[in-house]
Amino acid sequence: MRWTGRDVELGEERSTVASEKAKKQVSNLPHMTQASQEEKRRQLAYKELVQKRKPRPRYLRNVLVAFVVGGAIAILGQVVLEFFKSRGLDLNAASAPTLAVMILVGVVATGLGIYDELGEFAGAGAAVPITGFANTIVAAAMDFKREGWVLGMGAKMFIIAGPVIVYATLAGVAVAAIKFIASP
Amino acid sequence: MPAKKLGRSTVKFASPPIIVGTGTVVGPVEGKGPLASDFDVVLPDHAYGERTPEKSETKILEQAAKIAIERAKIEKSMVDYYMAGDLLNQIISAGYSARQLSIPYFGLYGACSTCAMSLALAGMVIDGGFADYVLVACSSHYQTAERQYRYPIELNIQRKTTSQYTVTGAGAAVLASSGTGPKLTHATVGKVVDLGLKDVHDMGGAMAPAAADTLLTHFADTGRGPKDYDLILTGDLASFGSEMLKELVRDNGVELGANYRDCGLMLFDTKSQHVGAGGSGCACSAVVTFGHVLKEMDKGTYKNVLLVATGALMSPLSCQQGESIPCVAHAVVIEA
Repeated sequence: MRWTGRDVELGEERSTVASEKAKKQVSNLPHMTQASQEEKRRQLAYKELVQKRKPRPRYLRNVLVAFVVGGAIAILGQVVLEFFKSRGLDLNAASAPTLAVMILVGVVATGLGIYDELGEFAGAGAAVPITGFANTIVAAAMDFKREGWVLGMGAKMFIIAGPVIVYATLAGVAVAAIKFIASP
Repeated sequence: MPAKKLGRSTVKFASPPIIVGTGTVVGPVEGKGPLASDFDVVLPDHAYGERTPEKSETKILEQAAKIAIERAKIEKSMVDYYMAGDLLNQIISAGYSARQLSIPYFGLYGACSTCAMSLALAGMVIDGGFADYVLVACSSHYQTAERQYRYPIELNIQRKTTSQYTVTGAGAAVLASSGTGPKLTHATVGKVVDLGLKDVHDMGGAMAPAAADTLLTHFADTGRGPKDYDLILTGDLASFGSEMLKELVRDNGVELGANYRDCGLMLFDTKSQHVGAGGSGCACSAVVTFGHVLKEMDKGTYKNVLLVATGALMSPLSCQQGESIPCVAHAVVIEA
């Protein structure tokens, strides 16, 4: 073993593959010195190696579990909706209290420390339904309450949900504008 | 070249400092792991009777430090310096614990490499003749790290295959110029290595090149190889990072064999405990080294151990700005 004490070398064959890519990238940057070209090559070689070796998520399992859990939450929502309809509300009127009930379910499950476990287990199956949206707000609120009601919880409870609200509103405006222009 | 220096970045202590006392505190999840019986205190829950997880982290750091002083059979007033660090902004756990201990204090930040960094510095201070007793300590806490680096604790989120679990715990050790116990013989100070990875859910992969750099530098500086150690220990590369480290050093002609292990994998049963790829955090290498490894050295299982603790020096801010993750690794040699 003879270590030159310069930089960690990345294996021969990988280096050559990456150096082709690096050469292409580096040719766009003529101001780069030889040392930074070498650094770039090492970075690309390592990135390639990491991408190749990184364990893949269990896609099939994740998709199936997300489908089942997300579906189960949707069925629960449907049951609540049917309950309100059976008490004499029409579909439009019944959807508002249904959403309120589902949000409450998400909030209580978060408060009891269950919903994060469900998220770890089911991924998007727990994140996509409105219960997951409620979870993002309550989880942030619980966390930042320690920094006070105003500058802590008040300011930061929308730290995860905020972007969703902002861009959903923007998308709503855009769609409404298209509809306004397109309809006679 | 300075008299006590070897090669590029290794120091060989002329009169090796001795680890005369240690203290370890771990959280509830670590307390269910395979090394549970090696720790002094296992917490019943993450809060530990405190209103915030930050206060809880300060409390366990202070507790570990006090246990170490007690085990060293000295008075607090005899300790010349307290060197401590943690993962939080402005290293508040270390700072607040120093407020209670009232020992002259150096705050250190090396992310998860803090354990080896503090040992190296304490060794230099003692061997340099500036102190008789130095207390080193570091801590991390699952909930404080989660809040600062990732998401709110109760958020529904699925771990990536390479995500790691921040160890709740604190480890402390008293180093002395004389006494009996395991000795700190060498320290290799790492340089910052950044191979351009940006995935904050893959710390092991980002830190592996830094670990490889320090490990290879250590072997080149000392003229030793992997076979010269009974145990080569990395701090928190976890399953993916240690695989990458093995690969990187193999490319440079060094083969890591069965004597190579990672603290993040030793602390948990990664199959049954939901900790992703393994443990991480300052406390990971600290509690495994001060709790488990030193006890095993005492029993005679290991004669000499090389600890390489790795740290990722990014912040959530720098990552959001698109910066890659700079990493560092420091190595120390402990001999029975």
